[in-house]
Amino acid sequence: MHAYANPTRFLSLARPLTPFLLFGGIAMVLIACLWGLLATPAERLQGDTVKIIFVHVPMAWLGMAGWTGIAIASLSELIWRHPLASHAARAIAVPGALFSLLCLVTGSIWGRPAWGTWWVWDGRLTSMLVLFFLYLAYIVLANETSKANGQSRIAAIFGVVGIINLPIIRFSVEWWETQHQGTSINLMGKSTIDAVYLWPLLISAIGFSLLFGAIVLMRMRASLAQTKVDARLKRMAAE
Amino acid sequence: MNHGPFVFAAYAIVLICTAAVVVNSFVTMRRAERKAEQLSKRK
Repeated sequence: MHAYANPTRFLSLARPLTPFLLFGGIAMVLIACLWGLLATPAERLQGDTVKIIFVHVPMAWLGMAGWTGIAIASLSELIWRHPLASHAARAIAVPGALFSLLCLVTGSIWGRPAWGTWWVWDGRLTSMLVLFFLYLAYIVLANETSKANGQSRIAAIFGVVGIINLPIIRFSVEWWETQHQGTSINLMGKSTIDAVYLWPLLISAIGFSLLFGAIVLMRMRASLAQTKVDARLKRMAAE
Repeated sequence: MNHGPFVFAAYAIVLICTAAVVVNSFVTMRRAERKAEQLSKRK
């Protein structure tokens, strides 16, 4: 990881990787959506609304994974002062916020026919809403601090501290009595979800993860190029 | 209750918003990299 903290080395890897992640992600998402919509059966209790799982769950996972990425990048910025860390954290923030919002919106659309309501203030939904607000606060903080002095230590500290919300989201369905169902997919143990839903869900999760990666790389490349432009313009003005 | 519109709405919102952020990121990247290239050529 330390070797790729160098912007030139990072770009030599990011340039060929971006189209691979982008087109791989698009293909897998389309396959998963068609598979989920057309080839999976309606569930006994939830009917066809169960098909929302193929877009809702990847949004939830990536919303949480995004903040994990921000926390790791922020920690690298604070400890090792990696030149790419703040670019990475900022690049993750917008897609992370969007995916968290999409998780909330698709969950709400699923909740109406399944629970009879668009929204309940239970532990899982509320902690996910808090994650979305944390993203918004991070975006504002990172923009303001970079405008002020080009540094983002306050945003980095916020990125590290904000990770406290992730175990709350993860364990909310165990700590409190919630309307939201408990964990049905377990990476370490046995999942309670049927294989007929599990496979398209995994393809969808991988596809959206590749797209998320492509978005982050594109935003990092834009941010690095903009920094280069700003530095050159400053130098030209000084000459 | 007909579940079709709920399922369709969920997929449409996710796919449209994801496509929008992909396109926005791509355009921003291309514009910034082109600007950087032009400046380095001016040298």
